[in-house]
Amino acid sequence: MLSKSKIFFKGIVAVLPHMLSVIPFGIITGAIGIELGFNPILVYATSLIIFGGASQIIFMQLLSGGASSLVAITSVGVINSRHLLYGAVLSEYLEKLSFIKKLIISYFIVDQGFAESNKYLRQNKNLSNPHYYVLGTGVTLWFCWQLSTISGIILGSFIPEELGLKFAIPLTFLAIIVNDLRKLDHVFVMLVSGFASLILFNAPFKSYIILSPIVALIAAFIMLRLKK
Amino acid sequence: MTWLSIIISGIVTYFSRMAMVALIDREMLGTKVKEVLNYVPAAVFPAIIFPGVFFNDFGLFVEITDPKIYGSIVALVVGFYSRSVIATIVSGLLSYWFIIFLLLK
Repeated sequence: MLSKSKIFFKGIVAVLPHMLSVIPFGIITGAIGIELGFNPILVYATSLIIFGGASQIIFMQLLSGGASSLVAITSVGVINSRHLLYGAVLSEYLEKLSFIKKLIISYFIVDQGFAESNKYLRQNKNLSNPHYYVLGTGVTLWFCWQLSTISGIILGSFIPEELGLKFAIPLTFLAIIVNDLRKLDHVFVMLVSGFASLILFNAPFKSYIILSPIVALIAAFIMLRLKK
Repeated sequence: MTWLSIIISGIVTYFSRMAMVALIDREMLGTKVKEVLNYVPAAVFPAIIFPGVFFNDFGLFVEITDPKIYGSIVALVVGFYSRSVIATIVSGLLSYWFIIFLLLK
């Protein structure tokens, strides 16, 4: 049986490769905030309080572009609503925790952490203390995110833009799902989601980020019904 | 005002992380819903990947010869066979850089 600290450590190791994209993205996020003219403390506060890369950038861009607070907050809410899906999946492994522990661990639920936790915990269903894995991924991502946005705030965008490191973001997510390309039903759901996102891209408040998964999950539901 | 917006955005985001974990009892989810939840990664991540590859910074479709498309194909093939996150990201970036710095220069 694995000890708590070993499980936590496994979680850390699982998300480390994703730092290749998380750290540049964090630096870019911090630097963009400063470029847009925000107070450094305020830029950092978005990392601490909102803690969600894409939504932080959109939030600052909207406010600096003169959008109302309501529009900025709505956009953040819409972009981050995908965490509801992550929570629904992870709740299987977190349901035995006390309410307080659930409240704490929730803060650390992030894309890559969710994906790696889901992958590992599905294959290790009998693991005791699975939440240490989730925590290991989440805390690691949290620290790297905080440190990288702070360095972006202080040093500015010291990563040359020509490198096109923004491309690392789709790559990190591609790395997450590439293994599931072996399963045709998953490939079908991925294609529905991908094409839906291209069609819905201009929907208001960046809502394609949540609308496309909803369309894809409905497609998955129909697929499961037809299979039976 | 900006501070208030950050705090409200933070509360909204935290709520989205916490709601299904702490407020919903799993018994409430039917078996069908649980089955569909298996597809959450397949349903969520392509919606981030596709626009990231197929749109440019201005929200316009890139050309079919865009380096990002080639980089993604390399990453896809390498990732599929290696099953390694690092190999997927690195191969995608390196092939992308190879095109923009060596072939297009």
